[in-house]
Amino acid sequence: MSAVLDNHDKPGVAAPHLSQAPRKATNTLEPAWVRYALITVALAFLTLFLFVPLVAVFTEALKHGWATYKEAVVDADALAAIKLTFIAAGIAVPLNLVFGVAAAWTIAKFDFPGKSILLTLIDLPFSVSPVIAGLIYVLLFGSQGWFGPWLMDHDIKILFAVPGIVLATIFVTFPFVARELIPLMQAQGSEEEEAALVLGASGWKTFFKVTLPNIKWGLLYGVILCNARAMGEFGAVSVVSGHIRGETNTMPLQVEILYNEYNFTAAFAIASLLALLALVTLAVKTFIEWRLHQARKASAQDITTEH
Amino acid sequence: MTTFTSRSSANRVIPGFGLSLGFTIFYLALLVLIPLSAIFLKTFTMSWDAFVSAVTSERVMASYRLSFGAALIGAAINVVFGGIVAWVLVRYQFPGKRFVDALVDLPFALPTAVAGITLTSLYSANGWIGQYLEKVGIKVAFTPLGVVIALTFIGLPFVVRTVQPVLEDAERELEEAAASLGASPWQTFTRVILPSIVPALLTGFALAFARATGEYGSVIFIAGNMPMVSEITPLFIITKLEQYDYTGATAIAVVMLVASFLLLLTINLLQAWARKRAGK
Repeated sequence: MSAVLDNHDKPGVAAPHLSQAPRKATNTLEPAWVRYALITVALAFLTLFLFVPLVAVFTEALKHGWATYKEAVVDADALAAIKLTFIAAGIAVPLNLVFGVAAAWTIAKFDFPGKSILLTLIDLPFSVSPVIAGLIYVLLFGSQGWFGPWLMDHDIKILFAVPGIVLATIFVTFPFVARELIPLMQAQGSEEEEAALVLGASGWKTFFKVTLPNIKWGLLYGVILCNARAMGEFGAVSVVSGHIRGETNTMPLQVEILYNEYNFTAAFAIASLLALLALVTLAVKTFIEWRLHQARKASAQDITTEH
Repeated sequence: MTTFTSRSSANRVIPGFGLSLGFTIFYLALLVLIPLSAIFLKTFTMSWDAFVSAVTSERVMASYRLSFGAALIGAAINVVFGGIVAWVLVRYQFPGKRFVDALVDLPFALPTAVAGITLTSLYSANGWIGQYLEKVGIKVAFTPLGVVIALTFIGLPFVVRTVQPVLEDAERELEEAAASLGASPWQTFTRVILPSIVPALLTGFALAFARATGEYGSVIFIAGNMPMVSEITPLFIITKLEQYDYTGATAIAVVMLVASFLLLLTINLLQAWARKRAGK
């Protein structure tokens, strides 16, 4: 996922798209039937793979009416799963946010040897299978693991308990904020910060008054993607959770348990909540991209008028 | 503005280098590097023969074939259709385009378990799509074909999102020049447009493939998980863990990690090539 987010609509990359001046709308060279055929193929593919599944989630969830739906959602185990999901995301996202800002500050504002290696290492969790992400914590904290016996002696539970779920969630969502901020801060440069510092502002004041307002949309973008993944993570959390009902089940794990018990309506009811989260994420993401696009257009206009 | 002077002055004026670098490396080491090294260190407790037999058993070989084979087919499907989707989104106007564009990222945002149960219910014998395929004798759910469907779904955004910006930046003048010099639309496509998007198509292919090989949540519901037939490698790792065979699970994980590092390297090289092509 990393490189895609990196390539597509880098939030706020200030490179002015001067070439996007209004063009003549109809300068396609191919014949009209080719155009319509391609649009039809593309829409048919997207309908089959995206739209139909999306509709199916909500249809299946509401198959037996609102009352059944509500009952499935306010079930005690379901509520416990929702709570745990919020706890895990509530810890993982802020930690990765602080890390993302620190990493972006280091990489965007300074030159040092080994920078590209550091960048690759930050990306590493994206290329690791979620199952392996869970496995590493079993090897560390499991009863046969490195710290297992010590933890057992001190009666500390990490694996098959909330801390393990939080750790696995942090691992799989590790690069999100950093990935969004690094290209953004690199493109913005350091001139504004330098000016503030020369005028006597402290380092922290410069960060909060100059840097933070400049990166706020990119930051929000990273945070919502990080949060969506944190709440939806399945593979990694599944390995470390132990699947204890009402205790160590997150929402995606609750979906699995209900589904495997052939309680399809309840499974889809919880799934529909996660699908709603996905839709909200996409809506916010689209809104931020639009904002960044506007900002980019404005800065491009500034450049043209200056010359 | 020469980069050299501006960079070196930035190094002097901007504070916080030690703090931010120190924290970055500390957090990275604590949460990613040390835990990941546990996997490699664990395999050193095995003899070489035990390692080889763990990662080449008949059942695990079958799971590699399925995981990598289905990922390859899914990524190939996405190159064709994702390429068309990117083209249509960049070049044509049609009602609902913004909505469609936003929807492309759904597989990133939708939790994999939700995708898994939904695709299973759609393609099972009495599902919305499965019932029609059943009539013509095609079974999707609980077969390797189901794995391909799930991996196509989760890889869908990659090709679209890598090709889209390249097409947006493409110089339309070149195509117009080719046309005015007498090239047919097909020649313009194969000689002018295609070469410029090939690096992006390949990058998208590699990204979709890399994501699909490690995918777990969306696959396990639809796959049926029969050993030798529809069992993917990540699931086999879990099976080993449930049997408390930690070393066996770790050995297979090492094979998958090495494969994904090689893919990551390939993707970085492809992206460097794409940037060079784009003249940036």
